Amino acid sequence: MLRFILRRLLQMVGVVIVLSMLVFLWLRSLPGGTVSAMLGERATPARRAALEKALGLDQPIYVQYWEFVKRALQGKFGASTGVQAGTDAFDIFMQRFPATIELALFSIVLAIIVGIPLGYLAARRRASWFDNLSVVGSLIGVAVPVFFLAFLLKYFFAIQLHWLPVSGRQDSGIDATRVTGFFVLDGVLTREWDSAWDAIKHLILPGLALATIPFAVIFRITRAAVLDVMDEDYVRTAESKGLTRRVIRGRHVLRNALLPVVTTIGLQTGGLLVGAVLTERVFSWGGLGEATALSFERRDYAVLQVLLLMFAITFVVINLLVDIAYAVIDPRIRTR
Amino acid sequence: MKLTRKATPVVLATTLALTLAACAQSNRDSGSGSSGSGSNNKDTITFGAAGAPELFDPFYATDGETFRVTRQMMEGLVGIKPGTADIEPELATKWEASSDGKEWTFTLREGVKFWDGEPFNAAAVCYNFERMFDQNEVAAGGPAGYWADVMGSFKSDAKNALYQGCTAKDDMTAVIKISRPTSKFPTALSLDSFSMQSPKALKAGDANNVTKQGEGFGYPAYSKNPVGTGPYKLEKFDEANKTVTLVANDSYWGEKPKTKKIVFKIIPDESTRRQELEAGSIDGYDLPNPADWKGLKDSGNQLLIRPAFNILYVGLNPAKNPKLKDLKVRQALYYAMNRDQLVKTQLPEGAMVATQFMPETVAGYNKSLQAYPYDPEKAKSLLKEAGAEGMTLNFAYPSDVSRPYMPNPQKIYEALRGDLEKVGIKVNVSTKPWNGGYLDTVDNGGYDAWLLGWTGDYNSADNFIGTFFSNLKANDFHTSATSYGAQLTKDLEAADSIVDEGQRSAAYEKINQQIQEDYLPGLAISHSPPALVVSDKVKGLVPSPLTAETFSTVTVSK
Repeated sequence: MLRFILRRLLQMVGVVIVLSMLVFLWLRSLPGGTVSAMLGERATPARRAALEKALGLDQPIYVQYWEFVKRALQGKFGASTGVQAGTDAFDIFMQRFPATIELALFSIVLAIIVGIPLGYLAARRRASWFDNLSVVGSLIGVAVPVFFLAFLLKYFFAIQLHWLPVSGRQDSGIDATRVTGFFVLDGVLTREWDSAWDAIKHLILPGLALATIPFAVIFRITRAAVLDVMDEDYVRTAESKGLTRRVIRGRHVLRNALLPVVTTIGLQTGGLLVGAVLTERVFSWGGLGEATALSFERRDYAVLQVLLLMFAITFVVINLLVDIAYAVIDPRIRTR
Repeated sequence: MKLTRKATPVVLATTLALTLAACAQSNRDSGSGSSGSGSNNKDTITFGAAGAPELFDPFYATDGETFRVTRQMMEGLVGIKPGTADIEPELATKWEASSDGKEWTFTLREGVKFWDGEPFNAAAVCYNFERMFDQNEVAAGGPAGYWADVMGSFKSDAKNALYQGCTAKDDMTAVIKISRPTSKFPTALSLDSFSMQSPKALKAGDANNVTKQGEGFGYPAYSKNPVGTGPYKLEKFDEANKTVTLVANDSYWGEKPKTKKIVFKIIPDESTRRQELEAGSIDGYDLPNPADWKGLKDSGNQLLIRPAFNILYVGLNPAKNPKLKDLKVRQALYYAMNRDQLVKTQLPEGAMVATQFMPETVAGYNKSLQAYPYDPEKAKSLLKEAGAEGMTLNFAYPSDVSRPYMPNPQKIYEALRGDLEKVGIKVNVSTKPWNGGYLDTVDNGGYDAWLLGWTGDYNSADNFIGTFFSNLKANDFHTSATSYGAQLTKDLEAADSIVDEGQRSAAYEKINQQIQEDYLPGLAISHSPPALVVSDKVKGLVPSPLTAETFSTVTVSK
């Protein structure tokens, strides 16, 4: 097991090196650039040249890349130019990662606690009105664009009913102490219950908007997997042996049906960690998704480089975790 | 003790949580109660900002989001009269130029202190100017952009700099020497970048230590912890929660701020800003999309329209399309455009057809100039005379941006393109994203004609037509490729250095007339007023043409 993990981590190093080159080249081949983004209307050929020189963008690309590598090895990835000027890109990642994890965890937990039971029940009552309704519901979950759903949620719950906030992570009037950057956890740790509660209220709408797709996918996979497993010989055997329904459902059906579901959850979580660009933007959620959009718009090379590399690493790590979870759930893999 | 396998994670998690909880202390002061009880006004103004301030030292900033924040905290020698683009005394109570216009004497305001208790005096003024002048190579190339624009160069290239030195004549009199008379003085000193900051704090925070960090700039500690003289001071910048909080400076020399705190909430998405306003969680935001103006007003908000201090133009590049070298062709393009219609249908309420490359509030605006009327027949005959019937024009617009002078580039473009096609011009449509190659292509001279514009930084003709057409070798209008380019640059430089204001204005008026009638290096299209929107509870916010609103006079009722 340990050797397996080590081998995967080593592979990751290779992936990161190759990717860093590709990302570096790709960004610089995009039309436009940092200089235009920084100068706007003030751009004149003379100012442009001065700024390019000051930023070292007038150097040949391999020199720029080598500079980047040298700095990266010291843990410095360059100052942001567009997301938060002057802050090191890696610090921006570290600062915003908790926001994204907090939202992703909230959404995935929501998707799991609704998706798995619903999927299981729908499978048990195949072709009933309950099953049909859930399937239609999950289809809607996949099909409705996030920004539209976000708009509806905000319109009803924030603007009309005033139950929940429109956007952001915490009310600016709350004097919250920051410890970990996870606002809910910080509120709990410092026993500032009002700030924890306020952070939870801010999580609900973006969490719902973000949870729809993972919910729909988890629901459908669970339903399909349970249907498959229920037809397996070993389930029939278990039934004929006279095992209780509880044992059959828990140990034989659910446990076996969960294998594909775990893979799905892993991939969906990965997707949430790197792909919440739209949701974070419309909910003004100061996480990585928003930083991705901003750094792209403003051609903030340093931040984009770090984000893309970290996203790749996140994906590799999550895949690894999924494989480990497989081994835990399925003893056949463990002994292999 | 042996733990069962199932219990292990639970015990671990509990231990971890308890350990964390033990080291996590709340930083709240137990005594802070709510203030302002009994008053009908809130103690906080919450304003929606489109972006985070880059830093808090305005000297290294060039963007509006930064200046909106620093303006509440910092003051310059010269201020801006609320609601206008005109200057007024701020930290200097009066100023006087020597007869040759090269020596400016500023009498300073008595009794002003920086927040750190340092006195504001002539020594502090000179320290600030010397600090701004003495920039390292990195800062000079980029962040110190406003100094580079106004003063030309830095200490390392002192002989080419406009700024020549500052002396403290006595405790409350500072004298600034410049290399030549210029219309930039003293107006340009109203720029936020030239605000006065505490010498002690600048020194302690190593304020000039700008470094190159990869492909960005690293700023010193001072930039997060500035010290000025203004009505508000920085309380905190909560980067995780994207809010900037300013708190009233109780020892402010002028009228005390009416509201104790200002919170700038950073909301990059425009429709989200609007929803926040509708939900009542912010009190206002800047630059609502003109398409939303009516809806915002109908739902009871106040739309504060600023006097237009900008210009939208069609740039022309005769070096790229030789047909454009003929004045008749350029005039034909102008006559072909139905700008009255454009202003009515595509631009916000209050927009105006431009008669020249500057708004009417700028000294040197020529009132006698008339707009080129819409006359497609004349356009056709001019094209015929020039032998340019059926000419092709590679005309471009930016695809993904909204600027105050150009809220919807595509629609403006479509209208103008339709007009040009009506007189037989074949238009090749070209478009790129603003930061995705559009500005680069404009600067590299890649289009025949393009949409662009400018918002003035301060009230001076030089900041408009000087920016556009001087610097013969490298301006976007490629006037070096024309017969009049050199003369125009020379005339602009001469006008800029006239000491007498009346004579200077007359000179600029004459240049404006020549630009419109004889040269036509580009086509000045329109001026559009940008707006702010605030809820009906907000009072005392005066819209500024320079977007230099101050919040110290603002109240928000409960």
